[in-house]
Amino acid sequence: MSQVPTPQQAPTTPPGGAPAGAPAGVHAVEVTDLAVHFRVRRGLGSVHTVRAVDGVSFTVGRGETLGIAGESGSGKSTIARALVQIHRPTAGSMRVGGREAVGLRGSALRAYRRRMQMVYQDPYDSLDPRMNVLRTIGEGLSVRGVARAEHRRQAAELLERVRLPETLLTRYPGQLSGGQRQRVSIARALAVQPEVIVCDEAVAALDVSIRAQILNLLKDIQQDSGISYLFISHDLSTLRFLADRVAIMYLGRIVEHGTATTVFAEPQHPYTQALIAAVPEVRTARVGSRPMLAGEPPDPASPPSGCAFHPRCPRATDVCRTTAPALRRKASGSLAACHHAADAPGGTA
Amino acid sequence: MSTAPMSSPLLETAAAEPTAVTDPHFVRVALRSLRRNKVAALSVFVILVLAIVAIFAPLLAPHDPLHTFPSGLSNQGAPMPPGGKFLLGTDESGRDVLSRLIFGARVSLLVGVIATGLASLIGVLVGTIAGYAGGIIESILMRITDVVMSFPLLLFCIALIAVTGPSTRNVVMVIAFGYWTYLARIVRSLVLSLKEREFVTAAKTLGVPDLTILRRHILPHLAPAIVVYTTLGIASSIMIEASLSYLGIGVPLPQASWGQMINSGQQYYQTAPWLLIAPGICLILTVLSFNLAGDWLTDLLDPSDEVTRR
Repeated sequence: MSQVPTPQQAPTTPPGGAPAGAPAGVHAVEVTDLAVHFRVRRGLGSVHTVRAVDGVSFTVGRGETLGIAGESGSGKSTIARALVQIHRPTAGSMRVGGREAVGLRGSALRAYRRRMQMVYQDPYDSLDPRMNVLRTIGEGLSVRGVARAEHRRQAAELLERVRLPETLLTRYPGQLSGGQRQRVSIARALAVQPEVIVCDEAVAALDVSIRAQILNLLKDIQQDSGISYLFISHDLSTLRFLADRVAIMYLGRIVEHGTATTVFAEPQHPYTQALIAAVPEVRTARVGSRPMLAGEPPDPASPPSGCAFHPRCPRATDVCRTTAPALRRKASGSLAACHHAADAPGGTA
Repeated sequence: MSTAPMSSPLLETAAAEPTAVTDPHFVRVALRSLRRNKVAALSVFVILVLAIVAIFAPLLAPHDPLHTFPSGLSNQGAPMPPGGKFLLGTDESGRDVLSRLIFGARVSLLVGVIATGLASLIGVLVGTIAGYAGGIIESILMRITDVVMSFPLLLFCIALIAVTGPSTRNVVMVIAFGYWTYLARIVRSLVLSLKEREFVTAAKTLGVPDLTILRRHILPHLAPAIVVYTTLGIASSIMIEASLSYLGIGVPLPQASWGQMINSGQQYYQTAPWLLIAPGICLILTVLSFNLAGDWLTDLLDPSDEVTRR
């Protein structure tokens, strides 16, 4: 697998520009050629390898939000779970704060976990129903080595940061609403003072009005603390609101990657165009004929030849069926893996 | 569960959790449920009475259960019928049946509770380790469980007693050794689904050590299942003890045990039916009570749904 350039390393600043205030230097997260393969048994004795994530590279700057989008089965959640070390990567490297995270064990792994937290999709499952809010947040505080006597005060402070009243400390998850639970979940993640929070569909299960509140809260927390987010969502409007840069995934690979402004304004990959066309709010005039996605994503255990998207692609030609396109810089400034999108002047980045 | 959109997140409320053993209001909820469920209330009452009788047996028993009364046999040497000095009559050796029943309750409960307690301890330990560790450890533990399970429990107990010799302690050990497999399987399957729950993953990604996760997030969720299956297990253990004693390889004579009373009484069923009826009723009532109480606890605590519930 060749070195894949990231948008920040581009010789020219892409239209839309880098997010203001994102400091240069070491990235918060630097993932290179990450692969997560699963061995799946089907029937008697036959073992398939599912390449859930296959050669994915991206970076997340300090105080930046990278959004990852894609259909279910595209591998976006697997990336999240690999980053918080629920799944072990098959290959590749994940550097967090400049230090390699792949292959950590024991206390080094536990120390790593403090720096990378996750907020989960299901607010009804991510909190232990037997533990009240104080104990839930206290669990994170204990990991950080905060004395038990300090728990109540610090937990109250954390609740304040997620805009919940201190009186909720003694409540159990069953007595909280979905939005409140998700706030507690964020407070628990903040309790260990992480550098990065991975949000895996963190607002997908919430009502629209509450979703906006949580997204605003996440933005405010980022502004206060300079935390980085890796925000995973199938909902493009959520990403357009929150993300500085966006990576679109299809069948375990990134097919388009650029600043949120560019990707949404000038989508290069037919898949991105189809995704954007499917969302009414972000439909733009530039997408001509409203390409809609037909069919289902292919079986990840036996992906199509050439470009994985070609069976569903309106622009597929012979070259798509035989040759997998590389992720290259396109005229818009984004990176895209498509034979039919015009390359940026000057060829490969 | 519907969550209507509200203007402020502070105003939202959601439905309360189902009862849990660790819930501070558990006792109150349980009592309220007993008031509605008369059968369960009766069986809990029987169990409580049984426990009191067993604990205070020496105070409650009118006579020494082991003493052979010369007046306890008729002139023909037959057992005395109920009434008079011997409220429930005497047995073939002239011992007081009521006193033996009271001391027999002690044996039954002691064997039932200790054997099941031991079995639960082993079962929870094996099931939790197997479910949480997975891989080769799980395979080994569960194959051992399968092997022990494939023995017919009663025959297995008989064979073990034949080797170890009959004594109350051996009866307890043998029942515990035969019964732990059921809970081990149940606990393993519960742990398997528990460890996929997001709050367990969340604790893991927080950096909480495995043993703490087991203690804090897994074991409390197993409590309903453990309580329910231990209650049901006591009924089975009492049955097995009675069966072993009935076969003459359980609690050794002259110590009183219901099963063994039924055994020695059956020869006289025509002339002295009280020798069979009294311990029989005690046994049925006890086992039935534990089973009904177990069913009630199943409804109250919902041991399986606890884990799959959304």
